[in-house]
Amino acid sequence: MAAYKPVVVQACPKLGERITQDTLYWRGYKTPVQIKEFGAVNKIDFSPVPPYNYAVTASSRIHIYGRYSQEPIKTFSRFRDAAYCATYRDDGRLLAAGSEDGSICLFDVSGKAPLRQFEGHTKPVHLVGFLSDKYRIFSGGDDYSSKLWDIPSATEIISYSEHTDYVRCGCASKVNADVFITGSYDHTVKLFDARTKSSVMTIEHGHPVESVLLFPSGGLLVSAGGRYVKVWDVLKGGQLLVSLKNHHKTVTCLCLNSSGQRLLSGSLDRHVKIYSTTSYKVVHSFNYATSILSLALSPEDETIVVGMTNGVLNVKHRKPEEKNENSQKKRQPAYRTYVKGRSYMPKQEDFCVSKPVKRVLRKYDKLLRSFQSSKALDAVLEPPIMLHTPEVTVAVMQELHRRGTLRSALAGRDEKQVNLLLTFVARRVIEPRFTPVLVIVADMITDIYQPVVGQSAIVDKQFLKLQQAIGKEIDYQEELLEVLGMMDTLFATFTKKRDMCLEENKSNGVTEIIETNRNY
Amino acid sequence: MVSPGALRVVRCGGGAQRGARAVYLLYASGDFVKVHSVNTEETLRLLCGHADLVTDIQLNPHNHMQLYSSSLDGTIKLWDFMDGIPIKTFTVGSKLLALYALAGAEDSVFVVIPKKGERDTFQLVSVKLTKGAGQDLEGKELSVVLDGVGASPKQIAFGREDSYVVSVKDVNLQVYFFKRKLLNRFSLSAAKTKGGDNRFSCVVCHPTEDCIATGHADGKIRLWRNFHHKKAYTYSALHWHHDIVMDLAYSLEGTRLLSGGVESVLVQWHNESSCQKDFLPRLGSPIDCISMSSDGVLCCTLHTDNRISIINSNLRFSRSIQGLIKSRDVKTGLVVDPRTKALVLNGEPGHLQFYSLQSDQQLFSLDIVQRQYIHQAGLKQSDLVKVAFSARGTWLATVEESEEVADPELQLKLWFYSEETQSFALNTRINTPHDNHITDMCFRDMDELGDDSLILVTTGRDCVFKVWVMVEDSDPEAHQSVSWSCDFVGSYHNYQATNCCFSEDGSLLAVSFEETVTVWDSLTWDLKCTFCHPPGNIRNICFGRLTCSKYLIGATDYGFLCCWNLLTCALEWSAHLNVVVLQPDPLSEHIAAVSWLSKESSLFVFKPSEPWPVYIQRNLCKEKILLAAFVPRDEPEMISSEKYLWLRKSQLFFLTDTQELMTLSTKSLEERLTPSSKQLAVEESLPVTPFSVLLGKHRRQQAQEDTDLGKPVVHSKQEQASPAVKELLHTPAHVLPSASFLCTIFINSLLISKENKSAEEVADEVEMESEKADDESDEEDVTAMEEEDTSHVELLGEMTSKLSKSQEKELRKIRKMDYSWISAF
Repeated sequence: MAAYKPVVVQACPKLGERITQDTLYWRGYKTPVQIKEFGAVNKIDFSPVPPYNYAVTASSRIHIYGRYSQEPIKTFSRFRDAAYCATYRDDGRLLAAGSEDGSICLFDVSGKAPLRQFEGHTKPVHLVGFLSDKYRIFSGGDDYSSKLWDIPSATEIISYSEHTDYVRCGCASKVNADVFITGSYDHTVKLFDARTKSSVMTIEHGHPVESVLLFPSGGLLVSAGGRYVKVWDVLKGGQLLVSLKNHHKTVTCLCLNSSGQRLLSGSLDRHVKIYSTTSYKVVHSFNYATSILSLALSPEDETIVVGMTNGVLNVKHRKPEEKNENSQKKRQPAYRTYVKGRSYMPKQEDFCVSKPVKRVLRKYDKLLRSFQSSKALDAVLEPPIMLHTPEVTVAVMQELHRRGTLRSALAGRDEKQVNLLLTFVARRVIEPRFTPVLVIVADMITDIYQPVVGQSAIVDKQFLKLQQAIGKEIDYQEELLEVLGMMDTLFATFTKKRDMCLEENKSNGVTEIIETNRNY
Repeated sequence: MVSPGALRVVRCGGGAQRGARAVYLLYASGDFVKVHSVNTEETLRLLCGHADLVTDIQLNPHNHMQLYSSSLDGTIKLWDFMDGIPIKTFTVGSKLLALYALAGAEDSVFVVIPKKGERDTFQLVSVKLTKGAGQDLEGKELSVVLDGVGASPKQIAFGREDSYVVSVKDVNLQVYFFKRKLLNRFSLSAAKTKGGDNRFSCVVCHPTEDCIATGHADGKIRLWRNFHHKKAYTYSALHWHHDIVMDLAYSLEGTRLLSGGVESVLVQWHNESSCQKDFLPRLGSPIDCISMSSDGVLCCTLHTDNRISIINSNLRFSRSIQGLIKSRDVKTGLVVDPRTKALVLNGEPGHLQFYSLQSDQQLFSLDIVQRQYIHQAGLKQSDLVKVAFSARGTWLATVEESEEVADPELQLKLWFYSEETQSFALNTRINTPHDNHITDMCFRDMDELGDDSLILVTTGRDCVFKVWVMVEDSDPEAHQSVSWSCDFVGSYHNYQATNCCFSEDGSLLAVSFEETVTVWDSLTWDLKCTFCHPPGNIRNICFGRLTCSKYLIGATDYGFLCCWNLLTCALEWSAHLNVVVLQPDPLSEHIAAVSWLSKESSLFVFKPSEPWPVYIQRNLCKEKILLAAFVPRDEPEMISSEKYLWLRKSQLFFLTDTQELMTLSTKSLEERLTPSSKQLAVEESLPVTPFSVLLGKHRRQQAQEDTDLGKPVVHSKQEQASPAVKELLHTPAHVLPSASFLCTIFINSLLISKENKSAEEVADEVEMESEKADDESDEEDVTAMEEEDTSHVELLGEMTSKLSKSQEKELRKIRKMDYSWISAF
């Protein structure tokens, strides 16, 4: 004997963006805070130590912002001309920056005047960074050279002039204190070892390199330039792993999230794309108002800061984790009620009686089981179901139609209920997944309530709305068919040649058979 | 041996009383009475001996270990059902339609027989059971009790202490009082009041009071009292059923009345009041019959789909006995599940039944439609129409559609067999895969490539065929890794697609579009070539297998069987044969074709490479064969005769339009029976598969075959002249083989003239003749032969059941002529 089978509600896959864990994660930011800087923001760097202040380089100033402050808590403005690439040291106490006049300044975060100044570049310095031993600085300038500096003595250790164009980006290895890489507009990325006199490895990116990044393990290298983001395996001698082309303008900045699982790239096309570092597929993307020049992510992904060409700094903070307080308030039954009787082991002479499993049915299912059609329809016309899960309403209507009782369920309703029904039908009848059922419903309603048209203004209005909705949909479908027809003609011109061959084939086959038949 | 696998349950008797509880359930099934143990759910005994349908069974009121059974063959048998032996056989002579045994009448029983000389009129007679010494006795002492009774056993009931008998028919109720010899007639108004239908459907009497309960076609139950008086009778009505009340039953004390109908709800009325009632809903299918056990503890309901439900006295469903479930219409065809080797076909509405042939049991029933089924006339139900399994049985594709002709609600579902739960789980559901009815569906069977290359093709009346492929879900977090989506849509000149079939290696797909067969490359979906054999639409297509894989076989509406060679793209041979079923054997090159010519189905087994059949079985059965399936054997059977080599690896099963399942077997009756009966003798409690017993014992006169020619077959029915002799005498002399050749057969047939010659022998002779005919016709013009064929086909259509000698001669000729298509090559 079968039990009652509940109505099957057809779940339709949602069109458009698929909700994944990633979208949920990256959507979990508050509305952004906009801060106006004096010029284009060319570098943002987070302090690696709490409270995770960040240094923003724009025009001739370096602003240091606190986590939630909208005003800079500190400003370095001792530059005659534009400053570039303010970068924190690993301990978060020193800050180095290049400048338009070719000098490199080293600041104490708590002080004001520069501690050291490194002179040697003849052209603007766009790249400054600390090696991971904390005592050396590397730099790259528009004079095509990259240099290594000793901090205590403020002297140049070594200078490489292997690039043939501006050196604009670079990165130090976190694993080896002697290794750093630079990217240049001569389309190459070079890997230098401070112990040798020349570059160790050269990687051809193919476009002016705007940004480079080393994975924390030091094994993988990411370079961005042109519309491409390329990932290289350094340990295999610079073999290309994957080339990503997801932006439609130059990619300007790269960034890894704190766990190293996601790679972010910002571009002049106003998008930030987030890639998974396992599959190298885009898992999410952000949209901004103007072209992006710089991008930084705080530890634990608490804050995303994006700097743009128009000098606007866009700061997004993560929403605090929602604590469901209601569930905690609800008094849980005591632990002993749960374990009561559970631990009892039946003895051999015991007679076991199993408790029948109680099946929970929805209200409309209960009513359908007892053949109460009208009440079942009432149950699914309640606003919460009708608004949020229209598929349930439609499924019940379909089931009633299948049972042949839909007409009687729809009949005999008062003005308010008819209004409700018509609102639902007029709104949903154009949705393709509901159309077949709702057209029948609309048909029946018009049939049943035809005699009372004109007696109620509300119902009349709804009927007009329904008419409008259907008229619009018909026009739309006609348009679509026209487009389809046009496309068909276009496609037909493309495939004409092949069809001809087929036709020949067909006719050949048929004639052959006719011939064989004649033989018999 | 052709055997019906379907249980045809006629009426179940109550359980026998032993101790305090009902222990046995007895029911008539086809020509047998089965004894079923209620506790162990096994069939204990099979009482066989009747030569025709068993119509009714009754426990002997004087001895609870004995049972009366009546049958259409005109005999009443008294059985000791505990030991399974017949005690006495009373021959009445005319068809017995119902049987009643009363406690008050020791030496007589009541039976319903057709009235002599009048059609569709029946009378209730009492038969005096003579007390003779022998086993076979005459029961010719008949005395008519009531005239004009209904044919169904449900329409007569005996009242309290057997003092009166009630019979209902149409709108009339008759009560006959035995003591007073008084006949009271009551009739309801025949006019259909308020659209209701007043006709009686069943009657039952209260066991302790003078009260009659009648069921009506409009769903009412009327309780009649005071019917001793012609005028002052009264009745009250109980109404719950919305359609005909199929059966009624009183409990032992008469306090409860059970009723059942098409709603498949068992209703229990307390104290004859309409307000107090209990229900047992959703029993699965309409209730045909209700029976109470003699101790009142159990009740069983018999359903129209061949199922018996046993129900406790507190109206709790206890268990059910089911074999092959009879569905309204087997639309899915006979499909073999590659995993379990079970036959798969429509079961309960919306369900797919997996029927094990070995154990005659339903393995399980898979709910495909997953909707509440409502038993109501006029509702457009949606049901399963197509089923396909992938080669390994890991994927199952089903198509369900509603009965609406114009705009069917179609759903294509794909199920994946999960090893953990050992059942099929829904993977993908596709709404409206085609705009019109789906005509055929097949998987690409490729064993070696694994499941990744699976392709499903569906053809529809919307003039396209669609190719469905599995796609891996890119999202790693999705809960299932694969789903199905449409890959290619093909069409041909806007013709309706009717059939599809993949070649054995999966490289070619054949799709038939009305009159044309198109062959497509399954890699690029290019149309390769087309075949056509006008006139007539293509009915079936299939590819040859193994060594014959270069051939494509097609059958058309106009009765042609064509074989095309795929290498030369030419017609290899064609034959004039009205093929209804075309079924290739998956394990060999053989293809079985079942033809249907007015009132007889014939079987032809052939290899596509040779235009002459390997095996021919004329007159397989009287019913139209709708479906056939080859079921692979577990191990190849040893077959000595070369003629039956095609049966070595797989067994052929047929389903007729009356939903009887039949098979061809090479073993003789004794061989089949001995193991099971020995088993019975050795250990009584050992479970015996009922199917083996049933397979062995049941036989149909007109459809049987036996490998061992002339082997005595133990069966006695009509003592008629053997068909071999008849044929010998009626065949024109000029077509007969030499007399010396025929001598042995003739004498043999005379020697065992008491036994029936099996039809198979007849076929043998026909074949022999036809071979001869072939030799003769070699010189004849081929085209002329074909013309002759068509004219004879028409003749066959007009053939009546009674044949004069000249007509019979004509028939022989035709039979011979039918083989002429062999010689056409």
